[in-house]
Amino acid sequence: MSDCLLPTMCTITGRKQDTADVFTLSIDPPDGEFPFEPGQFNMLYIPGVGESAISISGRPAEANKLVHTIRAVGDVTRLLGIRETRERIGVRGPFGTGWPISQAAGKNVVIVAGGIGLAPLRPVIYAIADRRDDYGDVSLLYGARTPADVLYREELLEWKRAGVLDLAVTVDAARSDWSGDVGVVTNLVGRIHSDPAATVAMLCGPEIMMRSTARALLDIGVEEANIAVSMERNMKCATAFCGHCQLGPYFVCKDGPVFFYPDVAPYWQQREF
Amino acid sequence: MVHWSPADLDALLCQLRDEGFRVIGPSVRDGAIVYTDIDALPVGVGDDQEAGRYRLRERGDKTRFGYNLGPSSFKQYLFPSREELFAYADGDIVPAPLDDEKLAFVGVRACELAAIQVLDRVFQGDGFKDRRYQARRQNLLIVAVDCSQSAPTCFCASSDDGPGVGEGADLVLTELLDDGEPSYYVRAGSERGAELLAASEADAASPELQGRARAVVDETREGLERLLPREGLRDALLGALDHPHWQELAERCLACGNCTQVCPTCFCSTAVEETDPVSLRVSHVRQWDSCFTAGHSYVHGGPVHAGIASRYRQWLTHKLASWEDQFGRSGCTGCGRCISWCPVGIDLTAEAEALRRTP
Ligand SMILES: Cc1cc2nc3c(=O)[nH]c(=O)nc-3n(C[C@H](O)[C@H](O)[C@H](O)COP(=O)(O)OP(=O)(O)OC[C@H]3O[C@@H](n4cnc5c(N)ncnc54)[C@H](O)[C@@H]3O)c2cc1C
Ligand code: SF4
Ligand code: SF4
Repeated sequence: MSDCLLPTMCTITGRKQDTADVFTLSIDPPDGEFPFEPGQFNMLYIPGVGESAISISGRPAEANKLVHTIRAVGDVTRLLGIRETRERIGVRGPFGTGWPISQAAGKNVVIVAGGIGLAPLRPVIYAIADRRDDYGDVSLLYGARTPADVLYREELLEWKRAGVLDLAVTVDAARSDWSGDVGVVTNLVGRIHSDPAATVAMLCGPEIMMRSTARALLDIGVEEANIAVSMERNMKCATAFCGHCQLGPYFVCKDGPVFFYPDVAPYWQQREF
Repeated sequence: MVHWSPADLDALLCQLRDEGFRVIGPSVRDGAIVYTDIDALPVGVGDDQEAGRYRLRERGDKTRFGYNLGPSSFKQYLFPSREELFAYADGDIVPAPLDDEKLAFVGVRACELAAIQVLDRVFQGDGFKDRRYQARRQNLLIVAVDCSQSAPTCFCASSDDGPGVGEGADLVLTELLDDGEPSYYVRAGSERGAELLAASEADAASPELQGRARAVVDETREGLERLLPREGLRDALLGALDHPHWQELAERCLACGNCTQVCPTCFCSTAVEETDPVSLRVSHVRQWDSCFTAGHSYVHGGPVHAGIASRYRQWLTHKLASWEDQFGRSGCTGCGRCISWCPVGIDLTAEAEALRRTP
């Protein structure tokens, strides 16, 4: 019988520094295979330090490789950042709900990401790219702090060139050599010209960014029930035992992290809820 | 159904021990009733409770269950306040051995039994199963007792969790009193309980005795002083998230977390890593946590529940409202502990009422 609270030690097979504070690890998955749904996450463990919830950022079709993109912000994530290839870390998962990819089939897709929020959405893009004909217009609106913080730069450009998606990137601040947009990602919603009534949107980033973007999407006519968001709360166990991620009627680890707008919007109106 | 003397009750404790049970029950320690390993039950002990107040007193009789609830609950034996989940040693994860000791809880009150059943839904309900909880729960024997008096802090009848013991106990006792001398009306609630009764050589209980036992519970119910009407409470509380009363509460609440530590259903935990400096063995420990701490809701950038108002709101709305969505019933069984043990005497029944009123 497997124990949902026990990590498995797994070997890091690859490491890439994406930006100054973000890196991507490839890991040999437990049992050799690791099927997951885009949007799901794992608990990554550094013995003696602790566990962190980290979304899976790899290609769903490549189940023999587990990929995570991580921003070094604190104890566990910094130490994950200095782990080298062939070292081992603990893995426990996958946990949580996935993005509404099947609901998006036959429709237009708008993906809106802020910062590290692009990581949990990358598997969606892989899945769409693998069956591009199943979807209508696909756009990615992406906001980063500075041009140097743009994640997966080569891959994004490649997807754009190949016609997988329309790409719009904006940054909070840039020097004069940046010819792209400056400002919040919400501003890019005006660029969407596909039929909003036949659009599924997927949002991941800081709560305030998701809130304003969702409002902008509703304003142009995207339906509430077609807006999915990924919520972040403190998590210790990912199995709905520890109580930390409780949000109204939900446990974010089990009923989320991916929710639909009508499920969580009432709680966004409440300060500190 | 049999009629027991106090000696028969003592014999039960012996029998359970002989059968290899670790017997946990009430005992007087540091001026309070606590649940611990016991050889005998306390005699003639009563208590005085009010919001922010708990005192033991002598009753002047021979009752074994003449008090109500103290600060400890049986939760600590099913979900210990600290336990290792696994270790990391020599490069590998080593699961902590499952604790499958046979436990017998003696003197479980109705609201306590209900609380254990609430924990069952949390740790072995529809979702993930906690194997450590399951291992302990599976061997558990429950000897419950109806309450023959209530404390002013009790309000179990509001949720139908007491004062009479419901389904799920192996044996149920009612303490009857004749001139200060107790005796017990005992019935089995399970096959295991029926076996225990069959083994005892006590007299069968008369229908008259059964009537007396029922009257004891009815009287206790009628004597309850507090109420927390549940009708419409979930919607009222979730509809009052921006009520000014939360702020008023924040001025009294110390965020000490006492209420969460004494509550028999609060299940929040955190994880800590402890490394032995010599062997470098790492122990991954789960320990009780409280939603009244800043760390509980911490995410990069700061806690979600930054102020005390939002922490109390988190606690109360979870316990009394969203618990119903998550586990199909309220998280409160009306034991009243959080009222007695709040250092400033905050009473959730009064706060819930205030929150129901439009500001
Ligand atoms: C479902 C989910 C998916 C996530 N996916 C990613 C991802 O793909 N990439 C990524 O870089 N980050 C992701 N995060 C955020 C990541 O979990 C935190 O940045 C990380 O836990 C911080 O831990 P730390 O020890 O490095 O930081 P510290 O600040 O030292 O952590 C202290 C404590 O706070 C908790 N904590 C701190 N920040 C967060 C946070 N933002 N969310 C939840 N708990 C937090 C930690 O668990 C830890 O207990 C995700 C969070 C969630 C809930
Ligand atoms: S909330 Fe208070 S009264 Fe209700 S079960 Fe918990 S401690 Fe007892
Ligand atoms: S309500 Fe009372 S017991 Fe609970 S945290 Fe506040 S002061 Fe402490």
